[in-house]
Parts: sequence; structure tokens; C-alpha cells
Amino acid sequence: MSSISNVLTAALASSDGEGGGMHMPSLDELYPEPFWRIGDWFEFNRVDLIRVIATVGLVVLIYLGARRTRLVPARGQSTFELAVGFVHKQICEAAMSPQLARRYLPFIATIFFGVLALNITGVLPFLNLSSNGLVAVPMILAVCAWIAFVAQGVKTHGLGHYLADNLFPKGAPKWMYILLTPIEFLSTFILRPVTLTVRLMANMIAGHFLLTAFFVMTSYLVIEGSGLLKGLGLVTAAASFIFVVFEIFIAGLQAFIFAMLTSVYIGLASEKH
Amino acid sequence: MWLAEAPKGIWLFISPWDELILSALCLGVIAIAVGKYGVPRYLKVLDERAAVIEGGIKRAEEAEAEIARIRSGLEAEKESARLEAASIRDDAKADAGAIVAEAKTKAADEARRISDAAQRQIDSERKAAEVALRQDVGALAGELAERIVGEALKDSALAGRVIDRFLADLEAQAGAGKAA
Repeated sequence: MSSISNVLTAALASSDGEGGGMHMPSLDELYPEPFWRIGDWFEFNRVDLIRVIATVGLVVLIYLGARRTRLVPARGQSTFELAVGFVHKQICEAAMSPQLARRYLPFIATIFFGVLALNITGVLPFLNLSSNGLVAVPMILAVCAWIAFVAQGVKTHGLGHYLADNLFPKGAPKWMYILLTPIEFLSTFILRPVTLTVRLMANMIAGHFLLTAFFVMTSYLVIEGSGLLKGLGLVTAAASFIFVVFEIFIAGLQAFIFAMLTSVYIGLASEKH
Repeated sequence: MWLAEAPKGIWLFISPWDELILSALCLGVIAIAVGKYGVPRYLKVLDERAAVIEGGIKRAEEAEAEIARIRSGLEAEKESARLEAASIRDDAKADAGAIVAEAKTKAADEARRISDAAQRQIDSERKAAEVALRQDVGALAGELAERIVGEALKDSALAGRVIDRFLADLEAQAGAGKAA
């Protein structure tokens, strides 16, 4: 076994060098050289291309699912209805009243399908990278979610009552507000969008590292390893298959969590006491 | 490869403008496709389907009410038909009794009439037979006596008296025989 670890160490050590050895994944892959520029401010690189491909793919799928909606659905429409129905029943109606769920369904569904489409590119062959590893999309969506739940809270309670309800929790002794109010402000108005952003982004980066590490190890071990190491390559190949499945699950889970939390925040803001 | 340098630390969370614009553009397109196109169509189908199902349930309820109404009508009709049948049966029974009684009296009358007529015919026939018999017997007796007594008894008045007496005796005899 020590020979295996020696080889691995040697491979890792040579990863900076040109040619052979393993190139272990790094954040650099999320910041590739642009292959298209407009002026000196707009750059279009591989990650942007992946984002556009995911967007176009999602639009096409939505169009295919919804173009001929009928009372008795065909196969495409059934799938489409199943997906939107999942967001409707399991995410929106789980967190808010049926009327609000209907009103916010377009928004929550946009978050769910948007995040899912942009996540899933992380496991698609040849793309192998989720553009949600960059901060832009998660941040924009988190800001939208923040605006949505604050707006709903102000709409339901009025600005004063909404802020009072959130910043000065009822039932606490007055002097506690010195402690509670900053904490509540931080957790409700700052940490909610920040955690939404970082959770999604970090998951996508981690998933990319995980998959890339296994792919790189597999190809290195199978191509350059000798004897027993080729066998180990088969093990890492099996593991990468499992992690692909796992990453598909994570892509869906993160979309679900983002959409679910957004609708929970909106639902909480709309609750009357 | 075409790798550039990744930003470090907090700069990971600060996006360049071009990235933000492109992301917003993509999300806008997704929002239109999902929120303005897909979801409204989904909700429309959902509502239509709910309407159809509700309509179906309503129609089923109406049909059920209709069936109940018809059934209660049928029950009433059946009841009245049963009553009518019973009354017809009772009438028929009464009629049959009357008819039988009438037929019985008619038959009895007819029987009496027939037996009366027969009796009368028998009586008249007997009388005729009696008369004929008396004449025959008289004639035979006269002839017999004429032959026995001969010329002496040619006096017809005397002969008549003898004959009458003989017949009276005969009748008395016959009456005694009948009485016996």
C-alpha cells in the first residue's frame, strides 16, 4: 500500500508541471481565459457559455412541455406538470397559503428550475462545470428572494409592524433587545441572503472538485498506473460513477433548498399573528 | 488549457459586472420561460381540470338526484298499481261470486223448468195412454162378451152398463193394486 501512496504523492507533486502527472482541480477552472470580448469590459468565457447552454436547454424543455397543454396530457406535458406541480405542492403550498402559493409559483418555479438547470451542467459530459460555482447567479437570486420576502412582510404587516415583529421579538424582557435586535437583524436581513448564496455556490464548487478529482485520478491511474494501480483506477471509476449520481442528487437538492427556503421566508413574512 | 487566475478570499463573492449582466440576462430569460410561459399554462390546465372534475361531480350529483326522483316516482306508481290490482282482484272476486250465484239460480230454474215440462208431458202421456187403454180394453171386452154371450146381448144399452160396471171393477182393482 505504501507504493500506492508514494505514487499518489508523486503524482500530486508533479501536478504543477507540464505534461504527465495529475492535474488536481482548483478554483481556476471557474475563471478561464475568455474567448470572446466586447470592448474592454465584457468577456465571454467557458463558464458563461455553460450558463447560456443551460438557459437555452431549460427554455427548450419548458417549451416542449408546455407548448400544447391539454386537459388529458401527453407524455411531455405530464412530465412538465409533474415538475411544476412538485414546486407548486411540495415547495409553495408547504410554506404558504394556497392563494399566496399561486401568486408566488412563477417566482419560486423560476428559482427552482433556474438553479436546477444551472446546477445540472456540473454532471453533464463535456460541460462538467456548474456556473453556479460563480457568485453571480446565486447572489442575484438571493437578492430577489430577499426583496420578495421583505416586500411580502411589508405588504402584510406594514413597514413598521414588520420591522418591529422581526427586530423586537414579543415576550422577551425589554433589556434583552440590546442583544436580540442586532442578532435578529443580522439573521433575518443579512444572513438569509448570504447563506442562500454561499450554500449554493459552495456546494457547486465542492461537487466540481469531487467529480474532477475522481475523473482525474481515474484517468491517471488507468493510463499511467502499472499493474495493481490500474485496478485501483477501476475502483475510482466506480466511485466517480457513484459521485455523478450523488451530484445529480445534490443539484436537485440545492435547487429544492433554495426554492424551499425562499418560499419559507415569504411564508413567514406573510403570517399574521 | 486556458486557465486564468482565480480570485482570492472575499473577491470570490464579488462578481464582475459582465458576469452579473449575463447572469441577470439568463435568469430573465428563464423567468420569462418559466414564470410567464410555463407556470401560467400549468395553472390554466390545473384550473380547467379542476373545473371539469367539479363539473363532473356536479353532473353526477344531479344524475343521482334525478335517479332518486324517478325511483320515488316509480315507488309511488308501483304502490298505486298494487292497490289498483288489489281492487281489481277484489272486484273480480265479487263479480265471480255473483256470476256463480246467478248461474246456480239459472241452472236451478232451468232444471226445475225441464223437470216440470217432463212431468207435464209424462202426465199427459199417461192420461192419453189411460184413455187409449180404457177404449181398447172396453172394445176388447165388448168383443169378448159379444162373442161369449152372443146374440142375447145385442141390446147395446145393457151391454154398455155391463161394460161400465166391469171397467169400474177393473179400475177399483187397479186402484187397490196401486194402493197396495
